[in-house]
Amino acid sequence: MTSKGRALAWQAAAVVSATAVVLYFAHNVTTNLAVRGIQFGFGFLWAKAGFDIPFHLAEWDVNFSYGRALWVAGINTLFAAAICIALSSALGLTLALMRLSGNLLAAGTSRVLIELIRNTPQLLQIVFFYFAVLQALPQMRQSVTIGTSVFLNVRGLFLPAASGEAWDWISSATIGLVVLVAVLWKRMGMVVPRLLVLPPVLIIGLVAAGFTAQWDAPVLKGFNFVGGVRVPPEILALALGVSIYTSAFIAENVRASILGVHRGQTEAAYSLGLPPGRTMALVVLPQAMRLLIPPLTSQYLNIIKSTTLGAAIAYPEILQIFARTVLNQSGRAIEVMTLVLGVFLVINLLASAGMNAWNRRLTLQGR
Amino acid sequence: MTRHPWFRALFGSKGNMIVTLLMIALFAWVVPGLVRWAFGHAVWEAANRAECIATDTGACWAFIKARFALFFYGTYPVDERWRVHLGLALLVVIGTGALFSHRRRGWWLLALMVLVPVADAILLAGGMLGLPAVPTERWGGLMLNLVISFVALAGAMPIGIALAFGRRSSWPVIRYGSIGLIEFWRGVPLLTVLFMGLVLLPLFLPNGVNVDNLVRALVVMTIFTGAYMAETIRGGLQGVPPGQAEAALALGMHGTQVQVLVVLPQALRLAIPGIINIAVDLFKDTSLVSIVGLFDLMGVVGQSVKDPAWTGLAAEGYVFAAVVFFFACLVISLGGSVLERHFSSAPKESKS
Amino acid sequence: MTSLPARALRAGRLALAAGAAMFLATTVAQAQVAPPPGPTVEAIKKRGALNCGIDTGVPGFAFQDNKGVWHGIDIDYCRAIAAAVLGDPDKVKFTGTTAAARFTVLQAGEIDVLIRDSTLTFTRSTVLGLDEVAINFYAGQGFLVRKSIGVSKAADLQGATICVITGATLELNIADFARSTGAKIGTLLFDKPEEAIAAMEAGRCDGYTDDTGSLAGMRSTLKVPADWMVLPEAISKEPLGLHIRSGDARWQKIIFWLDNALKSAEEFGVTKANADQLKSSSKDPFILRLLGAEGDTGKALGLDEAWALRAIKVAGNYGEMYDTHFGPKALALPRGQNNLYTKGGLHYPLPIR
Repeated sequence: MTSKGRALAWQAAAVVSATAVVLYFAHNVTTNLAVRGIQFGFGFLWAKAGFDIPFHLAEWDVNFSYGRALWVAGINTLFAAAICIALSSALGLTLALMRLSGNLLAAGTSRVLIELIRNTPQLLQIVFFYFAVLQALPQMRQSVTIGTSVFLNVRGLFLPAASGEAWDWISSATIGLVVLVAVLWKRMGMVVPRLLVLPPVLIIGLVAAGFTAQWDAPVLKGFNFVGGVRVPPEILALALGVSIYTSAFIAENVRASILGVHRGQTEAAYSLGLPPGRTMALVVLPQAMRLLIPPLTSQYLNIIKSTTLGAAIAYPEILQIFARTVLNQSGRAIEVMTLVLGVFLVINLLASAGMNAWNRRLTLQGR
Repeated sequence: MTRHPWFRALFGSKGNMIVTLLMIALFAWVVPGLVRWAFGHAVWEAANRAECIATDTGACWAFIKARFALFFYGTYPVDERWRVHLGLALLVVIGTGALFSHRRRGWWLLALMVLVPVADAILLAGGMLGLPAVPTERWGGLMLNLVISFVALAGAMPIGIALAFGRRSSWPVIRYGSIGLIEFWRGVPLLTVLFMGLVLLPLFLPNGVNVDNLVRALVVMTIFTGAYMAETIRGGLQGVPPGQAEAALALGMHGTQVQVLVVLPQALRLAIPGIINIAVDLFKDTSLVSIVGLFDLMGVVGQSVKDPAWTGLAAEGYVFAAVVFFFACLVISLGGSVLERHFSSAPKESKS
Repeated sequence: MTSLPARALRAGRLALAAGAAMFLATTVAQAQVAPPPGPTVEAIKKRGALNCGIDTGVPGFAFQDNKGVWHGIDIDYCRAIAAAVLGDPDKVKFTGTTAAARFTVLQAGEIDVLIRDSTLTFTRSTVLGLDEVAINFYAGQGFLVRKSIGVSKAADLQGATICVITGATLELNIADFARSTGAKIGTLLFDKPEEAIAAMEAGRCDGYTDDTGSLAGMRSTLKVPADWMVLPEAISKEPLGLHIRSGDARWQKIIFWLDNALKSAEEFGVTKANADQLKSSSKDPFILRLLGAEGDTGKALGLDEAWALRAIKVAGNYGEMYDTHFGPKALALPRGQNNLYTKGGLHYPLPIR
């Protein structure tokens, strides 16, 4: 009982001293702001931005507000993060399997690549990939053309854009339905793997929707292709740079977890007559997943944070749009940086909570 | 049909053959151009970029040569550079001692964590013992990367240990406080907190108190690394069998003694691979301080291409920086694996 | 059982009281030790060095040579101020500032003056509480474009993509220009000019935009400079100059008149080489006053008489500084607006009398 009392007292003391420190800082901040004549407030978020965001998934116009710019840039960050997570997982698995494969050259290359990637700063790698991508793509007048309305050149990948009311309804309904069914698959008592059924359904639905749409094809007009959808090379370079870097770490995690699966599992699978490829896919990898999730979570969080390096290569993500342009135009350093930190914190905590939930499900399934 | 085992490993099966051929094609595509640029047509002697271009089509390494001292010492006064060498020598000697000595390893480690920082701080900053003061804005180049990584790593150890124990505490306030701190620092990009540190730290301090730019970066890097360190050490703490603590308690040691003398040393040993990974990451991350206006190696490279004599040579500068970083990180990794083997074989921890 | 929470509560209250006391104590102590930033000159003299905020590297304005020594017109201004105030041009601590942090660093009092190719705008003056005391370079935002796209003026850039660096007013100017002329110009935002220029050369954008002062220098570093041209007009006004915190009138006057002295020196033919000799031999009362041989300009500023003489002897008069960093042997940028008013430029030094 006394020890419990002491514990409470200590904790109370900790709370109080932490509060005192926070109050002390808050006091300093208010004094300093007053002395320096800096105004503090988030009212500027409603002011007109006036600048262009070159690539945006959410709607953007120069007349929108700073607050809206944060939203648009946030979507861009999430988009880049999603691509990088998918790509780095695939690359990481490939590098790990290369290293574990019998092929000397593949294992050696994988090893060298992993060391090379892990031991150089990420920023340098991203800049390197950006210029590699720009060098590899053809100039605008020599675009690679697929059909009559898909173009690939140094300015990006230009695709026709669909529009129209019927298209909007049918396509979003199809996507919504497929996602819903995918989530409820097991509960609906389905036995066939969902990957066999759902993608064709999705494609058929979208093609059907496509017939109802008006297509706006990109056309080379003046300096640029006009119309359609544009995927800029920056996103490709950022995806490559971040994914390749992270894949080196993921590869090591994957390797460790594959080696962590008991050797007896593989041998049992072999003796049941499973070929090596299927043994890996059906027996080893599912078990390795369980060991893999915690380190993988950290890597995914790292990816989300690494997308900020896109600022160096003109990918308009939060740091670039908000912590550079908006900060510079509004002069509101404290407010802007607080918002940026807050947004990243929220994204990361949500992602981490999601990964933990997945982890719990996998562990339960295993038992 | 007996083939050499190497041949079989490369071309044994259809899959292997495809992989091998793909690899060879990749190398054939990348390597010759690279070698031509970096060596075949490179220029080693020139006074400025114009001379480089006039001489040959490859890399202009003369730029690196002309700026070599700047890349390593920043603008640290020429006459005082022996202090940098001495400081580095001290670090290397004591570091090697800690790595390879079999007896009195504890003393070596203590010297590494306490004596080296203090002695090096006096050596580099000066202003006492008859050494002229060298203000930190003259520190730069690779030396700055080394200083920041070493200080951040040394400072992150106690922070990481405290937070790791805090996270395992049975007192909810301490536990949630530690979790909150760890998750906050792990949840935000280093770049943004570095910027916060640079711009906002002065606002948190009493009016009129100014903190050196470098110190601010150091504080941020140390706490940031500390949060990652905490998670790695927590992994190590979880890996220590509970029997160890129970046995120690049964021998009559009290709680704190058990944790500090029995559990922690074993946990740290288990955490070595993770700590090495953190060290490598940290060293690479020091390159980000260039963005907040400190002239580390990357900062000096970025700034060197602004000299009208050398503008337009970013590629050469960045390649050079990448090579330097690569070898420095390789040294850290190698030192780490020596350390790992030295402290008996600990199970491989993944980076967290 | 009841004693437990009660005890904890007591302990808690005690700790709270202790914490509050500590907080109060520090607040009071702080209120006593921290006066608002005092007169800047006193602080500089006490410190024995001028804290000058500069760019981390931009050709012509601030860059380091192979030995790590700073050069550039902004650097010369820093050194001239140090010479005038402290008597020694080398007593300067250069602080590299990034675009995002420059004004905050100045507000925080870490630097005494910011000379970092920065434009003063209404917002910076009012919201940030800063004063632009003098203009040491008149620039405007211009375009560097590929000749093959056949554009002769900025308004023709309708539909083009331009590479821009962030952290300056450049993006906003483009957006304003586009809105005022109805031309839609796409932008691609980079952190650093190296990447922006390289992307432009790779064909990712049709041109690059920056202050006219930087463009000419940039063009000369391209792989094939002949393929590129600087469009003749500027789409904005960028008066680059010396910023200080508002509120120190004396410091403001020193910087203001120092800038005028450097430009007057050019107007009256006082150079680095002949300044000493003119001080004793000149018959012109204006020159004698400028160099401190007559009158008491120094005393009025709280300095000694030779303040301007020392400043001029650091890197010469304004024209000499310009020639060193932007002249034919350096970046080869014509003087244009940066000439004296007598030669068609905008620099109009106020009379020192």
